[in-house]
Amino acid sequence: MSREQILNAAVMLALVAFPLWAWAADEPFLITLTTKAAILALAGVGLNIALGLGGLVSLGHAAFFGIGGYAMGVLASHAQLYDPILESPFLIEGTKSMPIIWLVAITASGLAALAIGALSLRTSGVYFIMITLAFGQMLYFFAISWPAYGGEDGLSIYARNDFPGLNTLDPIQFYIIVLALLAAVLLLTSRLAKSPFGLALNAARQSPVRVETVGISPYRLRLIAFTISGMITGLAGALFADLNRFVSPTMLSWQTSGEIMVFVIIGGVARLFGPVVGAMLFILLEHLLGGLSDYWHVYLGVLLLLIVLFARGGVIGSLAGRGKAHD
Amino acid sequence: MTEPILQTIGITKSFGALQASQDISIDLRPGEIHALIGPNGAGKSTLIKQIAGGLRPDAGQVLFRGEDVTPLGTAERARRGLARTFQISALAMEDTVLQNALLGAMGAGGTAFRFFRPALAQRDLRAVAENALELVGLSAHAATPTFELSHGQRRQLEVAVALTLAPKAFVMDEPMAGLGFEGSKNLTNFLDRLRDTAPILLVEHDMDAVFALADRVSVLVYGRIIATGTVEEIRNDPDVRVAYLGEDA
Ligand SMILES: Nc1ncnc2c1ncn2[C@@H]1O[C@H](COP(=O)(O)OP(=O)(O)OP(=O)(O)O)[C@@H](O)[C@H]1O
Ligand SMILES: [Mg+2]
Repeated sequence: MSREQILNAAVMLALVAFPLWAWAADEPFLITLTTKAAILALAGVGLNIALGLGGLVSLGHAAFFGIGGYAMGVLASHAQLYDPILESPFLIEGTKSMPIIWLVAITASGLAALAIGALSLRTSGVYFIMITLAFGQMLYFFAISWPAYGGEDGLSIYARNDFPGLNTLDPIQFYIIVLALLAAVLLLTSRLAKSPFGLALNAARQSPVRVETVGISPYRLRLIAFTISGMITGLAGALFADLNRFVSPTMLSWQTSGEIMVFVIIGGVARLFGPVVGAMLFILLEHLLGGLSDYWHVYLGVLLLLIVLFARGGVIGSLAGRGKAHD
Repeated sequence: MTEPILQTIGITKSFGALQASQDISIDLRPGEIHALIGPNGAGKSTLIKQIAGGLRPDAGQVLFRGEDVTPLGTAERARRGLARTFQISALAMEDTVLQNALLGAMGAGGTAFRFFRPALAQRDLRAVAENALELVGLSAHAATPTFELSHGQRRQLEVAVALTLAPKAFVMDEPMAGLGFEGSKNLTNFLDRLRDTAPILLVEHDMDAVFALADRVSVLVYGRIIATGTVEEIRNDPDVRVAYLGEDA
């Protein structure tokens, strides 16, 4: 095992052991905190496919996070009022079933990513950053001015959604669902990175002409990567809304996009567990420093600056050294 | 006469006032090495780019295996069997030598959109990639990160990636550049055999290599082809001697 793999295993172990300990010690708040970290990690794992593998600096991933959140909000709010979403030409009812909500969240955010990607990926560099930011802001202002689902105030649901065979209101049981999803997505992501697609995408980041010259379209590679990336971040959005039993336009704001990117940068861009470590540290710092000072973001900013200046591979890069090349 | 595999008809390209390609019509026939020579800045790379698809000509056509490929992009031309190597290496530097070769195998096989099984575990792709590395003599470096390769080895890898495409024609922009005496000699021998696999349009400054390899030579000066012929004809062409070989008439 490489150092990075050992590190990843240790992080995974912590994600299992710490909440179990909190459960045994009857500290539900700590379980919820870890759940939040795991969900934000999932959002970062999504972004990391675009950012790390594809080199696509998207400042619009809040769009997918928010769409996932609103997919949950819309479906659950209709279900709790027994009010169908659509009656004609055919009936669409709300639902409280998590698996269906996830499916809708993934599909909706995937379609949005496909559309946004198809337009944004015609540009690159700073223009790409700006255009993804603009799309994110468009959705943000749309949500604010959409009264049917709470507008600026957001949308609350009374009870957490259902998962067959589990009591989702029990923090540890909801956490198990989140952790299982995170682990599954991490596994798929690690396969994706080593697959022919991942190899080509990563090569397109380094030298697009090289990829074109062997007959592969960099645009197509990036569009697929961006779509997969948006789907994962959308799933995280649905879980995040479920955790809080609340969704609001804040989930769609550019600050959210920035925070998701911060997880990835702190933990390590293009590192499988980078966003996981990043989100855990972020939540830890927020928890520790947020109590001490309202200006904890300043400390976060300093940390970020240090990492960008001195530790290009983020925390994982610093601890595990140069990765990849051959495995 | 056999049909040319690759052909340009009246290719014209200007950059502002600079006429980089002026009404260029050349062709590449089965089994041949057609060398394109000319002084620095003559427009050789510009012509290659228009043939390979990176640059759209202002006027004229590129025909490949009888098809007008002028409107097609680089990737589409590559999929039709046109392999190109670059004057300045374009490789995925962080990846290993084998991974770069695999990329070619994936492009050729149309298998870049496989999402689950590791690329390194796919026997079909590996066989193609390893075979190409073997042919250019890079097998021992398969696991080396590309940025660690010497300049000459990078040139060899460029050729290996082109080979993985099993192309119908090669377009090579100065493959010998910076190889040194021994390296040039090896690559010359290699290209000599390669022409039986697919014909080569070869831009080259190394005159020993050109005279040893070329079935035909075209001379490009200031964006214009001033002569095309056998090595013997070109050596004795008075225009070429004045314009290019630097002799007084
Ligand atoms: N994109 C571009 N925009 C403007 N001018 C260009 C561009 N590309 C090439 N040129 C100019 O066109 C001319 C031909 O360049 P090109 O690279 O084709 O020459 P070359 O024959 O390949 O030279 P060398 O032997 O040095 O490789 C040069 O004067 C170059 O500066
Ligand atoms: Mg050139």
